[in-house]
Amino acid sequence: MTVGLFIPCYVDQFYPQVAIATLELLEKLGQTVVFPTGQTCCGQPMANSGFEHLTHTLSNRFVEQFGGVDYIVSPSGSCALHLKEHLHVTHDQAKAGQVQQRVYELTEFLTDIVQVNTLSANFPHRVGLHQSCHGQRGLHIAQMSELVAPPFSKPVELLNMVTGLELISLDRPDECCGFGGTFCVLEEAVSAKMGKDRIADHLRHGAEFITGVDMSCLMHLEGVLRRQGSKTNVVHIAEILNS
Amino acid sequence: MNHPELAEQFNRDEARVDWHDETLWFVRQKRDKAAHSLPEWETLRETASQIKHNVLGNLADYLVQFEQNALANGVQVHWATNAAEHNQLVHQILLDNQVDRMVKSKSMLTEECHLNDYLAQQGIDVIDSDLGERIVQLAGEAPSHIVLPCIHWKKEEIGALFHQHLGTEAGCADPQILTGAARLHLRDTFLTRRLALTGVNFAIAETGEFVVCTNEGNADMGVHLADVHIASMGIEKIIPRREHLGVFLRLLTRSATGQPITTYSSHFRRPRPGQTMHLILVDNGRSVQLGRDDFRNSLKCIRCGACMNTCPVYRRSGGHSYQSAVAGPIGAILAPNLDMTKHADLPFASTLCGSCTNVCPVKIDIHQQLYKWRQVLTQEGQATTAKTVSMQAMNAVLSNRGLYSLAGRVGRQLMRWFPALVSNKLNPWYTHREMPEPPKESFGEWYAKHRKP
Repeated sequence: MTVGLFIPCYVDQFYPQVAIATLELLEKLGQTVVFPTGQTCCGQPMANSGFEHLTHTLSNRFVEQFGGVDYIVSPSGSCALHLKEHLHVTHDQAKAGQVQQRVYELTEFLTDIVQVNTLSANFPHRVGLHQSCHGQRGLHIAQMSELVAPPFSKPVELLNMVTGLELISLDRPDECCGFGGTFCVLEEAVSAKMGKDRIADHLRHGAEFITGVDMSCLMHLEGVLRRQGSKTNVVHIAEILNS
Repeated sequence: MNHPELAEQFNRDEARVDWHDETLWFVRQKRDKAAHSLPEWETLRETASQIKHNVLGNLADYLVQFEQNALANGVQVHWATNAAEHNQLVHQILLDNQVDRMVKSKSMLTEECHLNDYLAQQGIDVIDSDLGERIVQLAGEAPSHIVLPCIHWKKEEIGALFHQHLGTEAGCADPQILTGAARLHLRDTFLTRRLALTGVNFAIAETGEFVVCTNEGNADMGVHLADVHIASMGIEKIIPRREHLGVFLRLLTRSATGQPITTYSSHFRRPRPGQTMHLILVDNGRSVQLGRDDFRNSLKCIRCGACMNTCPVYRRSGGHSYQSAVAGPIGAILAPNLDMTKHADLPFASTLCGSCTNVCPVKIDIHQQLYKWRQVLTQEGQATTAKTVSMQAMNAVLSNRGLYSLAGRVGRQLMRWFPALVSNKLNPWYTHREMPEPPKESFGEWYAKHRKP
């Protein structure tokens, strides 16, 4: 069984430590991991901006890069969701369809496929979990507060296996952070305000770290935290699980 | 001005944004409590969605059935293709009855048709009898929310407005006193108006009756004291059978405000002796939307406003920033159907978080439709040249691994050497956020060094 590692473009360029942690964690858990080196981007930045029609070349590239692996795992709920919903290629859509079914966000891959039940991780801190919307409401990696349905959370299941980690509760457990791709600059005022409000919730409950399954949300929250001169930091869930 | 600009204005008073956000979040919490009190909630939503699915698939037949039954009940039925026809029909009925003043209860359709402005131009005096609508009407504004029209007004501001228009004591902000003043003012209106217009929440095909839901009883007060009742409804308000009402009435107000049911759910079937009853069925773009496969189920909407209350963008930008009678997520998928150029900004006023879809009592896939509208608007040439060029450039870089790696390496290096290149006021990101710190090495570069290809 081979796992193909898909690293989102902005993680590759700005947060290599998150990609390294993901790779190391998967290897630690006995997975055979390959990193197809011709990969770039899932196409979401263009598609969410109304330019999905431009992204066929990226989709073709994705299928070509990941066509041969058993699972495609990414430390991003948002990119994984985009691939699952919008991988439109110029030829052989059936093949693309097979590839789509093999795409997993990291935490759901760990709980559902690897079926992890212990971890050697140690992270003795108060941690707030930011529920990124696309992982939660798109991939259903955790129950959503709007629905009348039994609670569950794959990221929380994993964080509970980490020694010393204290998970804080939030007033609004699954409100959007306001990143939203190009929304963060096109609707700058609302985006920044949403980020500030999310952070205030975490800080009010004493978070030393804010974690999540999507580095894009965390990059946005980190930008606000650093502007405020806060001592609280962001950390991707892969980094905690690999600690 | 477009949505981002109006939202930026709204955000200049951060304390007010916090207040607006908290107020609507409180309504969302009440909705959650009401929904969680019904174990069958998700089944109810699915049932409502399926009933509306059937309606949209057989709309023409149900409309004809409804019209026949309404006519048999003695109701005068009119059809309006668009807003202008609707407004002219209302005006004609006023002329026929030699009436120059009317009372109107809540109807978002008449807001959509801009009826008040039209009638004012014809010299007709219209008084909105819903308290929230009366407040915004006195202030010369449009409602900012379909269920809570003056949710953007604080009680102190309403006190000042009532002092000016209704003569309440200066500085009085006691809701009970202000409501009492409004009641006296409206009572006079109810007693002196011979014509009352209401909206319609549900129209039942099998009986020809229609149901109007209010909390204040103002629709009933207006109608029962008037000689002429006009009810205006969008053609999508049809439900096949009376028994289906049980599904919708249970969902509507739980979703809207967290109440089990509206205080008044009034059934109108036939005019009382001596009264005339007119029903205007309005299309105004609905049949066009029905023809758009990706967007037709937006017509399932029962106007509960839950998507607005849960929307983190709506709560922080205010209803007026949408510049559409129906604001918020549902407005953002309905409005472009009416005018793509005017409302091209709305489908982008969302992070696509999906909370709207989850609270929707008729399960409209709102956030998926927002995504699809973005594609349609781009295809229809609504994107700016600057956006198109930047998207094409970004796509070209990302489509070529060599170019992508080079651009990444050079970009990060430049950011390290000259942080001011990106950390400046021309970069909207930087207004309220620091830029990420660029690492020396990308993951791709690290991998090439540390792992065999």
